Amino acid sequence: MNYNWNWSVLFEEQYLNWLISGFGWTVSVALSAWCIAIVIGALVGVGKTVPNGVIRGICATYVEIFRNVPLLVQMFIWYFAVPELLPADWGRWMKRDMPNPEFVTAVVALGLYTASRIAEQVRAGIETVPPGLTAAATAHGLNVSQTYRYVLLPISFRMIVPPLTSEFLTVFKNSSLALTIGLLELTAQSQQIAEYTFQGFEAFTAATVIYVCIALIATIIMQVLEKYTRIPGYVGKEG
Amino acid sequence: MFIKNMLLTAAVTLGLSTPAAFADGHGGTLDKIAASGEIVIGHRESSVPFAYLDENQQPVGYSIDLCMKIVEAVAAELDQELTVKYVPVNPKTRIALMANGTIDLECGSTTNNLTRQQQVEYMPVTFVTGTKILTRKDSGINSVADLDGKAVALAQGTTNERAVMAAVEAAGMDVKVLPVRDHAEGMLSLETDRVDAYATDHILLYGLISKSKNPDDFAVVGEFLSFDPYALMVRRDDSAFELVGKKALAAVFRSGEIDAIYSKWFDPLGVPADPLLKAAFKLGALPE
Repeated sequence: MNYNWNWSVLFEEQYLNWLISGFGWTVSVALSAWCIAIVIGALVGVGKTVPNGVIRGICATYVEIFRNVPLLVQMFIWYFAVPELLPADWGRWMKRDMPNPEFVTAVVALGLYTASRIAEQVRAGIETVPPGLTAAATAHGLNVSQTYRYVLLPISFRMIVPPLTSEFLTVFKNSSLALTIGLLELTAQSQQIAEYTFQGFEAFTAATVIYVCIALIATIIMQVLEKYTRIPGYVGKEG
Repeated sequence: MFIKNMLLTAAVTLGLSTPAAFADGHGGTLDKIAASGEIVIGHRESSVPFAYLDENQQPVGYSIDLCMKIVEAVAAELDQELTVKYVPVNPKTRIALMANGTIDLECGSTTNNLTRQQQVEYMPVTFVTGTKILTRKDSGINSVADLDGKAVALAQGTTNERAVMAAVEAAGMDVKVLPVRDHAEGMLSLETDRVDAYATDHILLYGLISKSKNPDDFAVVGEFLSFDPYALMVRRDDSAFELVGKKALAAVFRSGEIDAIYSKWFDPLGVPADPLLKAAFKLGALPE
């Protein structure tokens, strides 16, 4: 391998600023998308378990569509196709006047995609609650919404914290796909540095290290959350 | 403890080992090709007419044809049958894939510049172009000065991106830049009216117009904003392989075969070879 290594380019002011800015966009996209994903994912996940068949059908359809189309394709559809399908004025607004169109599109696409995955985890969490508890709640005279509010959701949400951790990490990693619609997040910025300096391996190493650090911090946050929400004797380690 | 181990492992795998991409023989690339029986060609997917995918998703084009001449020469040099393996590249990946030994020869629309020569090497010049602006005929844009307040798409990692940015900064204009990945996406952004202009090498702009749905709506405008001599890219510090390529291209230039290859790809676009390019062909026709 005849490659001229030069690690110092990463610390030149211009390129360091690019990395910092890319880090900022990556975190912004991931956290914004996560907020959308948690809200919609929780609603859809609950919707898949309710007695009402129509709601169940709608929610199941949502999950199948958003979970089965590759995220990259979804990004392109939101960015290139949706503005063309809308009335001309709206489409033009989306393409020209919407503030930060690349950012908004990336957040919406990533948020709705991740929501479908969270919905499945919420559903699985609710279904693992022993049916005896639901029966007991009904025997106590709780109606359906009360059963969800006081019995099913408090237990299931605590149980799915561990799988949600990996989803939380995935949202950071998937945010890198936003570069395909022109958002200069961390991966895109490291590519830019590679193009300007031709020191690609250093630039991507820097990006890799930053991603690993983000992942470690995210894991620690989720572990703390897990500790505080644990139900003694249910899941996870005692401690 | 676990995290400490993990970080150690990461450090070891990342920086402290270099992949053994190929054996460091005297003939570098030639040895590698001889050993594997295949030559790996990196090609662009939407650089019309240099290297792009045809209806059957096969790479074709002016650069691909010239590369095939080199492949024949390499096969003759090694005196063995070679299989050609195609690897798609884009402006962002081409240098890295060449430097790390993934591809042996890059056939596309790559500008030979000295900064890039820190990592890669080039064959003789096979085309001469420069940055211009593609816009809708009704946009009112006639030169780079008219971009003020407009949106322009630029392909990340191209010399054109920098040429346009430099012109914009020099004039102190306010231009919204949309970074795109390749020419197809730049054209899509222009066609869907997301941007007012797309800038790349002028010859590629004519190619994009010829492939668009409404060729009459678009025009290439303005002065050249940069000088971009194209060349096929090879690995650095590998003069043996380079020489085989140079010989093959010199033969094509010398025999006049280049004119037929040129016509085949550029006549449909209505772009005759300009005097500078003809001179480049003459200069490349080195005697045996």
